[in-house]
Formats: sequence, C-alpha cells, structure tokens
Amino acid sequence: MSTALTARRVRHLRFSRMLPGKIAAALFGILLLIWTLLPVYNMVLVALDEEADEFTGAIWPGDPNLDSFASLWNEDNFLLEHFWHRFGNSIELGLATMLLTVAIGSLASFALGRMRLRGSRIIGDLALITYVLPTAFLAIPFVHIMHVYGLIDSLWSVIASQVAFATPYAILILHQYGKLIPLELDESAKVDGATPWQVYRRIYLPLMAPALVAVGVYALLLAWNEYLYQYLLVLSMDSATVAVVINQFFNSDEAPWNYMMAIAIVYSLPPIAIYFALRRFMVAGLALGGVKG
Amino acid sequence: MSGTTPQVVGFQRPVTARASDRPPWRFRLQGSDTTWAIAFLIPYVGVFLAFVVYPITFGLWMGSDPVLYSTLFSDPLYPTIVVNTLLLAAIGVNVTMFLAFLLSAYFIQRGWWIRTLLAIYLVPWALPALTAFLSIHYMTVTEYGFLDSLWRAVTGEDGPLFLVDRWLAMTVNIVSYVWKWMPFWTLIFIAGRMSIPQDVYEAAEIDGATGWRRLVHVTFPLLANVYLVSTLLFTIWTIGDFNTVYFVSYGAPARLTDVLATYGFHQAFDFGYPNLGNAAMMSALPILIPAVLLLMRRIRTTGVQL
Repeated sequence: MSTALTARRVRHLRFSRMLPGKIAAALFGILLLIWTLLPVYNMVLVALDEEADEFTGAIWPGDPNLDSFASLWNEDNFLLEHFWHRFGNSIELGLATMLLTVAIGSLASFALGRMRLRGSRIIGDLALITYVLPTAFLAIPFVHIMHVYGLIDSLWSVIASQVAFATPYAILILHQYGKLIPLELDESAKVDGATPWQVYRRIYLPLMAPALVAVGVYALLLAWNEYLYQYLLVLSMDSATVAVVINQFFNSDEAPWNYMMAIAIVYSLPPIAIYFALRRFMVAGLALGGVKG
Repeated sequence: MSGTTPQVVGFQRPVTARASDRPPWRFRLQGSDTTWAIAFLIPYVGVFLAFVVYPITFGLWMGSDPVLYSTLFSDPLYPTIVVNTLLLAAIGVNVTMFLAFLLSAYFIQRGWWIRTLLAIYLVPWALPALTAFLSIHYMTVTEYGFLDSLWRAVTGEDGPLFLVDRWLAMTVNIVSYVWKWMPFWTLIFIAGRMSIPQDVYEAAEIDGATGWRRLVHVTFPLLANVYLVSTLLFTIWTIGDFNTVYFVSYGAPARLTDVLATYGFHQAFDFGYPNLGNAAMMSALPILIPAVLLLMRRIRTTGVQL
C-alpha cells in the first residue's frame, strides 16, 4: 500500500517538474503551427472572399462564399476556359515524368551498381553534378534547344526537362538502396541461366519497390511543383498547364483574386494529398543514408 | 537542383569511395553482359546528352561573348541584383540551416503530438512554390493584405507597405525562402541525428555532458559534415533561385529586388535579349564552379550519401 502511494507520488513529482518544460514545448509547437500554416490560411481566406476585385481587409472569413470554387468547376471566367483540360495536362506531365524517371533511373542504377562496367563511377559523378546544378540557369538555353528539337510548345519538352533533372537524383537514391540487396541473388539467377533483363525484371524491381515509390513520388512532385519550364516551353493554351494559368491570373490586371486562390488551392491539393499518403516513403528515402551511417 | 526536393544525409566517415562502392565480383563479366549493361545505360546517357550536356554547352557558348559582360556590368541595376542574390544566399541559407539544426533537436522528441506537428510542419515543402509564394505575395502586397489587416485589427493603425521599400521587400523574400525550405533541411538534420548511435549519448552523459553542452560538444561535431555539405548545396541552389523573388515580390519595387535568375529571365523573355539574360546567369559561375567542386570533393572524401 505504501509502495503504491510512493510510486504515484514519484510520478506526480516527475510530472510537475517536467510540466513547465512541457508547457513551453506546447506553446512553441503552437507558434510553429501558426508560422507554418499562415500562408495556407491566407489562400483559403482570399478564395472564400466574395469580393473579386479588392481585398476587404478581413482577417477572418466573415462571409464565406464558395462562388470562386463554383466558377472554377463550371469554367465561368474567360481565363478559366478549358481549366479541367489543363488540369489534365498537369496530371499528364506529372505521371509521364514519374514513369520515365523510374524506368530510366532504375535501368541506369541497375547497370551502374550491379553490372561490372568501366566508367560507372564517372556516370555516377556526372549524375551528381547534374543534381547539384540550379535548374533556372539552364532555362534560356533549354528554350533554344527545344526549338532545335522541334519539341517547343509540346508537353513533351517539359517532360524531357523534368526527367533530365529528376533522373540523376533517382539514380543516386536507387544506387544507395540497391546496395542493401545482396549480389548473390543476381549471381544465383545467372547460374540458373537468367539474362540481365530477367534479373532486372524479376529480382531487382520487386525488391526495390519501396525505393521506386520514393523516387516516383519525388519525380511526380518535382514536375507538379515546377513552374519556370512549364511557362517557357509551352506557348499555346492547348498544351498549357494549370501553373501557366495561375500565372496568367497573376499577370492580368482584371483577374479576380479569389478565383486565382481557388485555383491555387485546387492545384495544391494533389501534392499535399500525395505527401500525406506517401510521406513514409518520402522520408524513408532520406533515411537511406542514415541507415548506412 | 533548385526547385527540387533534395535529400542529403551523411555521417562523418572518412572512407575512400573506391573500396566501399565496388561490389565483389566472383563471376567474370561475359561479353554479352557488357552489351546488356550498355543497353541499360543508353536511355539515361541519351537523356543526359540531349537535355543536360547540350543546353549547358549551348549556354556556355551563348555566354562566351565578352561584349555581353561589358553591357551587363554597365547596367546600373546589375550591382543591385548581385547584392540581392548574395543577400538571399548569405542570410537565407544560414538562417535556414541554423534554425533547421535547432528544430531538429525539438522534433527528435518522442510523442504522437510531435509526429503530428512534424507532419504539418513539412507542408511548406510539399506545397508548390508557385501557390505558396503567391499567397505570401497577396499577404504583403497592399495595405489590405493579411499582415497589414492583422496589424490594423490589433493596433488600429496602418501597417508598413512591404513591397514598396527595397529592404522590406528583400526581407519578405528572405523570410518566405526560409519558410519554404526550413522544413526540408530540418528533416535532413533529423535523419542525420537518428543515425547517431545511442551509445555515444550514453557515454557523453556519463562524462557529464548534458543539454546545451551535449549539443555543442557532442551532437554538433558529429553533424558538422552534414551541416557543411547541406549548406554548400543549399547555397548553390539559392544563387540560382527563381521562384521566390518572382512570385513573392516580383522584383518590386521597380525590379530592385530581382535576383540573377529573375533578372536574366526578364532580359531574355520580356525585353528580348536572351544572350544578355544568359550572360547574367553565367556571371554567377565564378562562385558556382568553385562551390560545386568543393561540394563534390567534400562528398567524395567524407562518404556522405546524397
């Protein structure tokens, strides 16, 4: 009986000593939440505003009005024509980038990591250098070479650029993860007469699945969140993506701001949804190096 | 590359890359296997040559005319642009890294609410820069933006007009940049911290290093390499950053807050001087090339995995 009382008292003491620290941590957490979500809150605030031309200076959604979203759905405004077609273009861009990056990246990292090839280190270094470069500096030459290739104004030019930028990183991550898969598996398959393609398809790919998801998500988000190359390489409104549309709103003098924020919210939903659903894979990609340490 | 979601983790380990990277071979590579290896590499090499080497080479060729640079340097706006870029890099990068390092200590605590907070804290990383920065733009652009409205609600007076003064606008740009990237680098440091084995901390505790002393004398030295590599990488990306300034301040007022990437963009696509725009971006090479070389050497010698 006295032991139980003592145990409870000890827990009480420990709790009350930790309490100021816990309160401070909780307060800090709330501040961090506000800091993180303030721009998101502003997006929602402006989107729910019924005034299209001016700000009301409100800090709460006083008269929440879903008109902007309804107009978006119905493609009411002249700038919103074919909005959903362009949303489809954005999706096409993201998916094509994702699939191509995963395919090309996995083939390359399989060859570099599991097949003896001279010069594999050079290719790995070149991939690393590509990854390190700032992409905006390549935008101007890129427009020119897309003219040369005849791809200008096609979604494929943007896909090409995003695949070129995403694949090096994919190779680096897949290479790290591939080290965890023992080479004995490859060798025993070869003894059984498997060709490298069969080893790739039946042993490598299935075992690499988590890393492939991480890389795929990375490429998808890269393409979706990118703006400059979409704006520069796609000239006609037929192949335009939502990012381009948002920018048109931004540059237009008459564009209703609440519509623009409604589009911004709709455009932000897929990456946020993917992030929340698959963040374990995304974070696991980061921890790969940590595991090795 | 800037605008991407980079991932850098490392743990101080002086290892020569050669020994650890070559897999042990027990079977001689058959001739046909070489063909297969080459076939597997062709897609990537093709993409690399067509969409990386060609634009880089062409960009260097475009920027090889010295007349461009004399034109560039005689533009009275150019020194301002360079200062803005350097400020974004010097202040933005270091503030982000330092805060990310400290916050990684906060987030390494256990508890479901910490994990939930971390999930929400990472939202700026997942959001498209376009939409997030546009929102910040509208928070600060007129006296009816959210920040000024909040100020008015609390104090009854008009707040500052953020995007009308160059230094205020630059501050908004830098704060936005920190807002967007701090979560990502926090995650990198968290991963780095998790790779430190518990026994190191236990040994330190026995020796009496706890709390602040542990942070300074135990944790930081172990994470120093991650910190350095991350800072170098982030600096390189910051020098080429386009989205932040383009969407948050749009160069306001009167292009005085432009950085190299946005200045080059306007020259090339708004004023019709692509060579000049390209030269503006190439003018960062004297800083970029040494930084890239230093980073590659650092990664090579310390075995940091990217």
